Amino acid sequence: MILEARDLTFRYPRRGSPPILEGAGFSLRSGERLGLSAPSGLGKTTLCKLLAGLEAPERGQILLDGIPLSRYRGFCPVQLLWQHPDAAVDPLLRLRATLEEAGPVDPAVLEGLGIRESWLERYPAELSGGELQRICIARALRPGLRFLLCDEISAMLDLIGQAQIWQFLLDQAQARGLGLLVVSHDDALLEQVCGRAIGWDALMS
Amino acid sequence: MTPILTAESLSVSFTRYGRGLSRVELPGIRDLSLTADPGQVTAVVGSSGSGKSLLAHAVLGILPRNSRMEGTLLYDGAPLSPRRAAALRGREIVLVPQGAGCLDPMMQVGPQIRRGRRGPEVRTQCRQALERYGLGPETETLYPFQLSGGMARRVLIASAVMEGPRLVVADEPTPGLDARAAGRLLSHFRELADQGAGVLFITHDLELALTVAHKVVVLYAGQTVEEVPAEGFRTEKGLAHPYSQALWRAMPRNGFQVLPGLQPEGLDLPEGCAFAPRCPGRRPECGRGQIPYIETDGGRARCLFPGEVSVS
Repeated sequence: MILEARDLTFRYPRRGSPPILEGAGFSLRSGERLGLSAPSGLGKTTLCKLLAGLEAPERGQILLDGIPLSRYRGFCPVQLLWQHPDAAVDPLLRLRATLEEAGPVDPAVLEGLGIRESWLERYPAELSGGELQRICIARALRPGLRFLLCDEISAMLDLIGQAQIWQFLLDQAQARGLGLLVVSHDDALLEQVCGRAIGWDALMS
Repeated sequence: MTPILTAESLSVSFTRYGRGLSRVELPGIRDLSLTADPGQVTAVVGSSGSGKSLLAHAVLGILPRNSRMEGTLLYDGAPLSPRRAAALRGREIVLVPQGAGCLDPMMQVGPQIRRGRRGPEVRTQCRQALERYGLGPETETLYPFQLSGGMARRVLIASAVMEGPRLVVADEPTPGLDARAAGRLLSHFRELADQGAGVLFITHDLELALTVAHKVVVLYAGQTVEEVPAEGFRTEKGLAHPYSQALWRAMPRNGFQVLPGLQPEGLDLPEGCAFAPRCPGRRPECGRGQIPYIETDGGRARCLFPGEVSVS
């Protein structure tokens, strides 16, 4: 499969604000791992939101195998993992409900991510950022997943936790032929995860 | 030189009600020992649940009511009782919290920094504190929602250091900042240390801590497992405890190696060494009794076989 963005233009609705993206293009194939490193404020997160269909562009299209992403029904094959997992879960739901939002989760995924059964009975405020991020990853790794967008997903984890979840994600990506876009400011991490990192300008051209 | 802060075998536990009226004692910190010297940045690193924030709360004397603290906590050579901590905090002992959420949203920056005190002298002090962190006098009239994330953090530091503190406790002050902004923030901590204050920098981000710290204290499951000069982390050989070595090997630039398993929590603590179940070099002795915190080259480590285990 191929995930493409064509002629993407987007601005946040504030009077007179310049566009964050203008005529941007992008493509990512299944099995490909692309690392993106750029300073804050350029629009990395905005690009991720657009690619996952969470924002609508002012102009341009997001296509999955040539078909607009918005035409896919049910679980979206492109999923975004956020930098702040606490903002990606419902604070009033126990985590079991959040985890199984789109259906039951493979127990092997829970085990691979080190998710303890006791966490699922708690509310988001009772878990740490790293624990919540593991749950968000498990929620996204459904059978229908094809592309995973990772926006600084391990910044809240300690070094060992970071290595653990990346090893697990890379194994999953390999086994299922997922396409990965990895955003991070840590070049050494991108080198380990993606083999290479590209800058913002190179991505846009 | 007297350390500005000394903790020796500090423990903090919580009492919680279980089913009915039964009570459960939950350990938070079990055996924490460290020293922080004036003029130095002492980094305390550990993953979530290792007891980092509890340490900050103990030092400031703001532990919750259902907690119990045991062991020794000395500030400037004398015991730091909750009453003494209450008298010193905000003046000699200050906290730099996580982010903008810790400012009062209904109060302008100026009055917030001055904390109700008036007079021309206080005004000048306040201006100077802001100016020191590159914030102009116009900042005084802004409300927290008008500040960017980076500005809010500088306001928090300005507010903390206004009265020339001797011990600065920073609890995860950098989440959500990019590397450049975090670096700028950390240089302010280094500057405070250079002017003579002791800085206790509490974080999960070891790599970031190593850019400013003089000394690193590693926490695991509520215990200090190693105290080592920051240079110790240059090579794996500089480290004595197998958990610190595993942290070193997990850095992306040092091989990104995975250590399986999770840190034990709450009531699941194993007998003997808490790290033994995950330790690549554990021996039968490790599963029994108390593990002593022993002197090593330039530091201390809680391991029966320090520096011996190193396996890749």
